[in-house]
Amino acid sequence: MEAERAFPRRVALVGQPNAGKSTLFNAIVGYRAVAANFPGTTVEALRGRARAGRSSIELVDLPGTYSLLGGDPAERVAREFLLAGEADAVVHVADASRLDRSLELTLELAELGLPAVLCLNMADEAEHRGVRIDREGLSSLLGVPVVVTVASRGQGIPELLAALPHARPIQRPPYPADVERALRRVISALPPGEPFPVHRAARLLAGEEPPGALRPAVEEAWAELAPRGEDPALVLSDARHAAAARLFEAVAQVGKARVGWRERADDLVMGPVLGYPLLLLVLLGLFASVYGLGSALERLLAPGLDALSGAVHQALGTGLAGSLLRGAWDGLAAGVAVVLPYLAPFLLLLAFLEDVGYLPRAGFLLDGLMHRVGLHGKSVIPFLLGYGCTVPAVLATRILEEERDRILTAALAVLVPCAGRTIVILGLVGRYVGPWAALLLYLGNLLVIALAGWALARLVPSESPGLVLEIPPYRLPRGRNLLGKTWLRLRGFVLLAWPLLAASSALLTLLEALGWNQGLNLGLRFLTWPLGLPAEAGVPLVLGVLRKELSLVMLAGALPGGVGALTVGQRVVFTVFVLFYVPCLATVGALGRELGWRRTGLVVVGTTGLGLVLALLVRGVLRV
Amino acid sequence: MSFDFDRPLADLPPGAEGVLVRIHGGPGTALRLRRLGLRPGARVRALASGPFGGPVLVDVNGCRVAIGRGLARRVLVRTNGSRDGG
Repeated sequence: MEAERAFPRRVALVGQPNAGKSTLFNAIVGYRAVAANFPGTTVEALRGRARAGRSSIELVDLPGTYSLLGGDPAERVAREFLLAGEADAVVHVADASRLDRSLELTLELAELGLPAVLCLNMADEAEHRGVRIDREGLSSLLGVPVVVTVASRGQGIPELLAALPHARPIQRPPYPADVERALRRVISALPPGEPFPVHRAARLLAGEEPPGALRPAVEEAWAELAPRGEDPALVLSDARHAAAARLFEAVAQVGKARVGWRERADDLVMGPVLGYPLLLLVLLGLFASVYGLGSALERLLAPGLDALSGAVHQALGTGLAGSLLRGAWDGLAAGVAVVLPYLAPFLLLLAFLEDVGYLPRAGFLLDGLMHRVGLHGKSVIPFLLGYGCTVPAVLATRILEEERDRILTAALAVLVPCAGRTIVILGLVGRYVGPWAALLLYLGNLLVIALAGWALARLVPSESPGLVLEIPPYRLPRGRNLLGKTWLRLRGFVLLAWPLLAASSALLTLLEALGWNQGLNLGLRFLTWPLGLPAEAGVPLVLGVLRKELSLVMLAGALPGGVGALTVGQRVVFTVFVLFYVPCLATVGALGRELGWRRTGLVVVGTTGLGLVLALLVRGVLRV
Repeated sequence: MSFDFDRPLADLPPGAEGVLVRIHGGPGTALRLRRLGLRPGARVRALASGPFGGPVLVDVNGCRVAIGRGLARRVLVRTNGSRDGG
């Protein structure tokens, strides 16, 4: 009987995309994760705590990567996190149904030499595909604990936690003799005390710039591999592949895969005949149900909230401090009553589409069209998110591999009307001009985005290597996972946006109380006059930068006769400008983090110019 | 009579199968494709072709992968049979 071993204090989850890593993470920590960026990068990691035995361990969900050796941001972050010694142990989450491919990452982890546990996730999926794995055989070949889980149902989690104290470095099966000789040559030249010799040597062999002293050894090693006539990086990759294939053959039996509804469904969903009508139906259904659910929720919330607001206003009185607090309260109330009802259903439905696996399929269908505007099929996902909130849309551009594509997608995604702008469109144009006018604004917005994309793509030509996108099998989403995911995103939004809403609304009441807004409005005449708007519209128009929907709330408060005092044309011009000019402050923050401040400045100036030009154009057409 | 015939993956009609023989381009491109199982020797089957010059969808070792058309033109596949598939 072995003595009781200590639990590792910090455990990193490593795995390929679509291996169910995040589902596993959430199944362990229970949707109590804290999102934080890796220092100095834009790649996000979820962290959370879990109890295992009598210990408390910290779990870090590293970004999904096919490899730890590549150059894209997610791979770099995962690698640097592990190399920095931040994790005491690694859980390698492998998709059991694609074990052959997952094992190549297992071998990269073996080269790294960190204590590890192998988790064969999606065991149900493997069974569906007719893959049977000899768990104990694999465990003895690799020398590490191997645990079988179905994370989506929470199966195998206690066993996984119990295996953590037994984490060990993975035993690496030998590569072909010439590859081993080349590796040894570089390893022997590494400075003494190098903590990850095999990993370092493999990266140097694969073409990473060697420090001067190591260059002769690396060149000798390359000469060793020269007879193969291939780039050393490919030779190494093929060596891992061959070793992984041997392991797979030793432990797995592949029977007959069941061909079911999922395989047949794809022929319809991805084919052009039904694919596009279905895509259109999905998108229309998404928006229709968001607005249906949203307005129903809004109607449900409004009376209670109005009554509460009345009571709060009464209690706070009319002093300066009182009106400040009242302003803050009104901002919060707007966040609850206006944004939440639309954002929550949107995020829930999006999580559904995501978990079913529809988003990459939409990306496949739209890739050709998106190329016309200089983008990729993968850009569809940030755009879709943009209809909910621009901040997650900007953050989602991380899924794009090339920096140029990330920048273009982010710059265009900020033009997509978010829930806040939707409120202005519906409240000002939809309600007073008609639903058709609102629809026209949406279509016009799409056209502007396409034209802007076309123009940008010509300014910054693509050097993109092209799309390589895995289309994972369909999966039946589970309610618990959908709700958990929606909750995490909603919480992120609330934490970011509500303080801003409250602060900006308080600022506005302060301006009013001090009588400063008239002066400001006069100063903003340079903007309101050419647009043909009354002076009172100045502050609401500009402070919309705090939160777009505030523009509408403030406009109603600032005009003596409410929004009704504006002509139809003025409402449209106001809406068009709000729709396009500078995304809100929270978005500017997100853009700054993702693109750097210089590019963010360009986006801010560019969108403001675009908003101004379009608003003037609309003014001319409508003869306001 | 059957004969071997090499052609770009982009030209493989849906349903046609072949063995990947070569990837034109630098090691970066080849590595990106290898991660998803697209390496010389792999059996690939074309499933669908995205419209408007969109990507091709292939099955490689039971995984479905979408590959941009430009990239798919640089991947050579050896098919056994006549020019139009099979």
